[in-house]
Amino acid sequence: MTETIKDKVRAFVIENFLFGDTSYDLADTASLIENDIIDSTGVLELVAFIEDQFGIAMADSDIVPANLDSLSRISAFIETKVGAPVTA
Amino acid sequence: MCGYGGYFGQVPEAEALLKRMIAAIAHRGPDEHGIFIAPEAGLGHARLSIVGLGDGQQPMSDETGDLTIAFNGEIFNYVELRDELRAKGRRFRTSSDTEVILHLYDVMGEDCLSALNGDFSFAIWDKRRQRMMLARDRMGVRPLFYTTHGGTLYFASEIKALLQVPGVSAELDPVALDQIFTLWAPIAPRTGFRDINELEPAHLLIAERGKVSIRPYWQLDYPDRSAQASFVDEGQAAEELRALLTDATRIRMRADVPVGSYLSGGLDSSIVSALAAKMAPKGLRTFSVTFDSVEHDESAFQMEMATALGTHHTAVACRAGDIAKAFPEVVRFAERPIIRTAPAPLYQLSGLVREQGLKVVLTGEGADEVFAGYDIFKEARVRRFCGRQPGSRIRPHLFRKLYPYLPGLQQQSAEYLAAFFGAGDVPLDDPLFSHRPRFKSTAATKIFFSSDLRATVKDYDAAEDLASRLPATFGRWHPLHQAQYLESRFLLPGYILSSQGDRMAMAHGIEGRFPFLDHRLVEFATRLPPEMKLKGLVEKHILREATKDLLPPSIGRRTKQPYRAPDSRSFTGIGELEYVRDAMSETRISDSGLFNPKAVTKLYEKCQAQPVTGFRDNAAFVGILSTQLWLQAFTGTRTRAAEAA
Repeated sequence: MTETIKDKVRAFVIENFLFGDTSYDLADTASLIENDIIDSTGVLELVAFIEDQFGIAMADSDIVPANLDSLSRISAFIETKVGAPVTA
Repeated sequence: MCGYGGYFGQVPEAEALLKRMIAAIAHRGPDEHGIFIAPEAGLGHARLSIVGLGDGQQPMSDETGDLTIAFNGEIFNYVELRDELRAKGRRFRTSSDTEVILHLYDVMGEDCLSALNGDFSFAIWDKRRQRMMLARDRMGVRPLFYTTHGGTLYFASEIKALLQVPGVSAELDPVALDQIFTLWAPIAPRTGFRDINELEPAHLLIAERGKVSIRPYWQLDYPDRSAQASFVDEGQAAEELRALLTDATRIRMRADVPVGSYLSGGLDSSIVSALAAKMAPKGLRTFSVTFDSVEHDESAFQMEMATALGTHHTAVACRAGDIAKAFPEVVRFAERPIIRTAPAPLYQLSGLVREQGLKVVLTGEGADEVFAGYDIFKEARVRRFCGRQPGSRIRPHLFRKLYPYLPGLQQQSAEYLAAFFGAGDVPLDDPLFSHRPRFKSTAATKIFFSSDLRATVKDYDAAEDLASRLPATFGRWHPLHQAQYLESRFLLPGYILSSQGDRMAMAHGIEGRFPFLDHRLVEFATRLPPEMKLKGLVEKHILREATKDLLPPSIGRRTKQPYRAPDSRSFTGIGELEYVRDAMSETRISDSGLFNPKAVTKLYEKCQAQPVTGFRDNAAFVGILSTQLWLQAFTGTRTRAAEAA
């Protein structure tokens, strides 16, 4: 389950923010902002993706780097919201 | 205002070459053409007649025939200089400012540059000393490019003319491309073309006895931050500013043809128009661009100001599709890839002025650099404020106040705002502190570089290159002055005055004049205490104080609305044209070898699908498209659309 969520998120980030560049060495814990992968418009794109893909309604207070600034953080946040187990 | 080209050295078929060079830049000077050929040098000139209509033909030689000049620009204090020279016994044959430079050079040699108040670029052939002197104005208003080939020095107002020289070819400089995709412009003397340089602002080049030497004759300088303030009394500073600005405008109204004014609806052009209107007994003509999109359009303010001043106002509408339609010509005139579309509406605007029969316009350009108007100055101040208390949840909310026109930013949390602006991440003593976030977010566009291009530029770091060129005194200046220097010394000549300024105006034979860039005013403003310019988060405070009686309160109190135009959106949807699809196609991107074809295809699809696109994607789209068009225009890399035409 965890892998599925993380894979989906990774695929979205690679497709939408890295434009299909699979050679980019994107570590699970790498900051999306510090690595210039995402900007302010990108955050809103990411929120739309999470809401559409996982059926989660994100409150303003959810939209913070602590929840969304790396693949690991995004996956953990989604898991918490959908009530899925944190580890596979 | 004109264009010129020339050489110093031995050139076969010199007359034919000079004619070709001038023909390539004929748009700069549609009124007259002239050629001068000596055994060792040649000059060609295309003239836009503004001062000395009947007797200012160029190239112009002095009475002895020893000195010959080709000149582009205006010397605004030529009347005073001519009076001084006459008092010393000098006799003038013409009423032009060109002849004043010749006399002044004869008297002072290259030191004559310090006496000139103007926007100029010229070449003087000195037969007695067998030397060619090239010079450019202090702020970089008028252009000058050069290259050496086969031991001969060639120079011209635009690169197109240099490409007429046999053996000089157009080749994209990959380092320049890296600089554009990081800093928005190449770092002079580098241009987009490999082995073709530009003479930097406030520099002179002397070629003699087989050697070329280049040096500055003036430098933009700021006081040490620990030095005692030159101005304590704000009223006195405002009074002095007003007097200088009034005189700067007055001498820029000098012309033998009518002078109009751009009127954007913002503070700066409104001030210039208000001052000019008082000096135009027959009435002032003003011109502006309007946009369909509410976020870019300022027509309500333009009309309010035009009505208040009683000017004869004319506007050109920039509609969906207009930017895309003009963009190939915009890139050809700009002569470099650009990451924003903002030059395109200005290309349209100069076309309107030409249609209306004017040749000269005043603009408000320069006020944001000289009096600290740009958002980036405020942003740096807020970032420092946040950096003093990292983790604060309150302080980052100030970023929202800076960018009310960016909806994506308004919806972000304090944590994200702090993260996006790198608050606390950039060392406070970093010389590029003010511009680091901009350079970093722009450099994110390099994700589209092909593996070949990445291998070519390797570890090159454009921002560090820029930092290495800062003057030794830079570290002693106030942070606001450091930020102003970066804008004034690099982006102003490298992008604002060139890609958006001279090249777009001269595409239609229009001369722009910039009262805020009068060097007396620039020098005065460097001495003003930073708080008089950026007071809290109010930009251009002292300028507002100095001119508050000139403007309606709604204009005088207006917060800076940066001049922007729709970017990737201009090329998708309604405005989408065949050449765009072709230039961005996988085949054409592969042909150019500069970008990753699959990534560009995805970017194009994303921009087509989404109504709102972020900064990086917009800049990348416009940068890639303009690079493709640049290659097509200058290197013969053809697109299918061009082949079919």
